[in-house]
Amino acid sequence: MEIVKNVVCPFCGMLCDDIICKVEGDEIVGTLNACRIGHSKFVHAEGAERYKKPLIRKNGELVEVTMEEAIDKAATVLAESKRPLMYGWSCTDCDAQAVGVELAEEAKAIIDNTASVCHGPSVLALQDVGYPICTFGEVKNRADVVVYWGCNPMHAHPRNLSRLVFSRGFFRERGLADRTVIVVDPRKSDSSKLADIHLQLDYDKDYELLDAMRAVLLGNEILYDEVAGIPKETIYEAVDVLKNAKFGVLFFGMGITHSRGKHRNIDTAICLVTDLNDSAKFTLIPMRGHYNVTGFNQVCTWESGYPFCVDFATGSARYNPGETGSNDLLQNKETDGMMVVASDPGAHFPQKALERMAEIPVISIEPHRTPTTEMADIIIPPAIVGMEAEGTAYRMEGVPIRMRKVVDIGLLSDKEILERILTRVKEINASK
Amino acid sequence: MEHIIKNGIVYDPLNNIDGEQKDICIKDGKIVDSVSADANVTDASGQIIMPGGVDPHTHIAGAKVNVGRMIRPEDSKKDVVGRAPGQRGGSGFSVPSTFMTGYRYAQMGYTTAMEAAMPPLLARHTHEEFHDTPIIDHAAYPLFGNNWFVMQYLKEGDLDKTAAYASWLLRATKGYAIKIVNPAGTEAWAWGGNVHGIDDPAPYFDVTGGEIIKGLAEVNEMLGLPHPIHLHCNDLGHPGNYETTLKSFDIPKGIKANPITGNRDKVLYATHVQFHSYGGTNWRDFVSEAPKIADYVNKNDHIVIDVGQVTLDETTTMTADGPMEYDLHTLNGLKWANCDVELETGSGVVPFIYSGKAPVPSSQWAIGLELFLLVNDPEKICLTTDSPNAGPFTRYPRVMSWLMSNKYREDMIENHVHKWAQKKTSIATIDREYSFFEIAQISRATPAKVLGLSDTKGHLGVGADADIAIYPFNPETQDPSTDYMKLEEALTAASYVFKDGEIVVKDGKVVNIGLPGRCYWVNSIYDEELEKQIVGEVETMFKRYYSVNFANYAVQDEYLPRSTPVDGVIL
Ligand code: SF4
Ligand SMILES: [Zn+2]
Repeated sequence: MEIVKNVVCPFCGMLCDDIICKVEGDEIVGTLNACRIGHSKFVHAEGAERYKKPLIRKNGELVEVTMEEAIDKAATVLAESKRPLMYGWSCTDCDAQAVGVELAEEAKAIIDNTASVCHGPSVLALQDVGYPICTFGEVKNRADVVVYWGCNPMHAHPRNLSRLVFSRGFFRERGLADRTVIVVDPRKSDSSKLADIHLQLDYDKDYELLDAMRAVLLGNEILYDEVAGIPKETIYEAVDVLKNAKFGVLFFGMGITHSRGKHRNIDTAICLVTDLNDSAKFTLIPMRGHYNVTGFNQVCTWESGYPFCVDFATGSARYNPGETGSNDLLQNKETDGMMVVASDPGAHFPQKALERMAEIPVISIEPHRTPTTEMADIIIPPAIVGMEAEGTAYRMEGVPIRMRKVVDIGLLSDKEILERILTRVKEINASK
Repeated sequence: MEHIIKNGIVYDPLNNIDGEQKDICIKDGKIVDSVSADANVTDASGQIIMPGGVDPHTHIAGAKVNVGRMIRPEDSKKDVVGRAPGQRGGSGFSVPSTFMTGYRYAQMGYTTAMEAAMPPLLARHTHEEFHDTPIIDHAAYPLFGNNWFVMQYLKEGDLDKTAAYASWLLRATKGYAIKIVNPAGTEAWAWGGNVHGIDDPAPYFDVTGGEIIKGLAEVNEMLGLPHPIHLHCNDLGHPGNYETTLKSFDIPKGIKANPITGNRDKVLYATHVQFHSYGGTNWRDFVSEAPKIADYVNKNDHIVIDVGQVTLDETTTMTADGPMEYDLHTLNGLKWANCDVELETGSGVVPFIYSGKAPVPSSQWAIGLELFLLVNDPEKICLTTDSPNAGPFTRYPRVMSWLMSNKYREDMIENHVHKWAQKKTSIATIDREYSFFEIAQISRATPAKVLGLSDTKGHLGVGADADIAIYPFNPETQDPSTDYMKLEEALTAASYVFKDGEIVVKDGKVVNIGLPGRCYWVNSIYDEELEKQIVGEVETMFKRYYSVNFANYAVQDEYLPRSTPVDGVIL
């Protein structure tokens, strides 16, 4: 058995880079330091069927084909479609994403990532009002006030608390004891149990509560006994904690990006954090889910100028979320050919979008059998980045880390597959 | 591959060539004495030839640059280019996307550009963007001025350890120079504060900006780095800050330059000095103190400055000066981005509209020009806009035209800027006009020399990299003083640009992207034994206080497609 150290976990946006993998042959048989979900990703414990050969649906049946045939078919779908959509990207590395952006340019496609169904509202909000963040180490070393709003890190980002809040920091020598934890969540959760203050607000009332807090912060009084189901005294108390923070951080998740108000909630949350800097030091970090969802937004921005929902139909980048997002295009039946890379819209998209996916050719570059591959006409299985291939990923707050290759299973990487498709699309376009 | 460029009018200050008609020979990417009869011929009759431009201070790659793009789709929408054969599309007026950045620099005849602020923890991001920035050679300056190790070692008075750490960090991040931004102030910002002046200590670490500047200036020469310390002074943008600026300038005076590579004689590079040349006590009684700053530069030989010329555009400010960006946001109310980086630095991004109708931006515009025109020796001043802070780099041709034409400036003063430009500054009283030779100095020779790269950059002598710009402007028949609009056009769209001996731009259009740009970084090892010891200390700090593992910190070689190490001391 071989031991590989400092491995980076290719699961959630915490991008833990202290994983130790136990390797036998081309298999990872155990891990140290990983959380439960990270561990099961490494050891394939979820038991999903793994593809090793390209497949094409012929007469309704998936049949094995050569890589050349699969690449050619995929390229043909992209080159022949009028409104091709290239979606996903959050579970692969930045090099693959970069080839993806060029491929979208070449195919005059729309390229979009999973942010469009998770933290899309956060992106729109940061474009409205800004983005005051910090890196994880700042939280660990300095934060005396930590707020979790609309997220349950104990379940979705299991090592967030242990790495950043329980642990001792340079100026927070006693770890958790030196910090006040506030959880804002309509539900009781394993995270809210740990909180010093749990603001158990009414469902869909995030905006109201945020607004009330900003009003209090600006010196106004609350005229009602309660807002969003929270007694006003509790709100005063919470604001008092926030504005006296030496260093505060607001982690926020899908519970607020997807409750009523969406990006308006995040607008107000960002404004609250900004306002807090008048008296305190305060920052925020969006709790991004997939390990490299952030990386896609970075790559797409430095290459095209926009983070997601980029439409190359006219030959240059156009950005208009609400029109150029994946769900807009699918539900309006605009998209007539789709490539899915490193994600599973089949499991997460609304029914109406799935209906459209069922009508059009779908290419899936994906290692495992998923609801998406069930709908796919072409399946090309890559090596899994972070385990079977190298590459860069960006942690949720933007720290880039090089993912390690732990085992070699002899499959092409996403990047290599996409490069081949790009070459083929260029040939087809040149012959048009 | 051989080329000969015939009959051009050459401006090559490092070789003392001032407007001579002269052929330039190129072989295998270098300038040579002569070529065979088979060489490709480019006719440059009646055109200007200069070495490729060298930008010593710009923000083109990395975390805060990309935040600038991401939070401002309105800026991206202002300037969009499509995919073309052999060329990628892109967008962005003040912060162009990476491919566009490479193309736009090249179109103006610039072939080298330095990213002036790289947070060490995020160095990989800067190098990833460099990877996607075609044509131009580049380097990045890691931030040292608020780094915990630096502050701690300096507090202990241990310059040797500071030097050993600095040389290790330069190698680990593939960085090129010691960058200092608002020393002690950005650490104070981690708690929401700032420092004022050079004698105000950072909280907890208890070292002052002045002590950090002094220590790092000495370390810089102990390491024999090609470039001097690169300083963004305290108190940026505050009325009355010129006193802090002058005090800061004086700190490294007396230290001896000791570059292992190159032949700079300066020990201080002070950046975007325009933002640091203000008198008064508030924005009402604010006045220009550029004449005092210029006077200091004229009288002292240890310093080179760049200007940070305001171009009167809507732009995006971005800097590691976290508290300054927050102040700017409270001043203009526009969206504010920030990123505090553990144990190392911080940063902020805020859009800014420098309107010629507004009093302060108009005065800033004039102050920048005062510096250019009152510093007598172009070997002491570099052309920058601190892109995109005072304006995007794509405005360099306009800045050059302002410098070459008093008429152009008069038109601006009379018709396009607020009267404060005349009231608060001396700009209207200065009629100096730059020559082409002087323009070549501030945009080629001086930056190349102070970067320690003047063996191969910033000149057209034998052995130089064949990075060459040809501009469609005839100094024998056209007068830049009156034909300033034509001049600006010519400098915006070079008729030819050679990079490493290949034609990359023709008639203002990119025709070929050639090789990836070189990435320069400093290879210096200061006392191997001591380095082992400090790396041990660094590793311990990583285990306890960093959020990334030590083993995953250093930038891997894979990120540098054309890695070009430059030697510092290797002991
Ligand atoms: S917290 Fe996330 S990144 Fe860390 S080990 Fe668990 S799944 Fe992996
Ligand atoms: Zn700068």
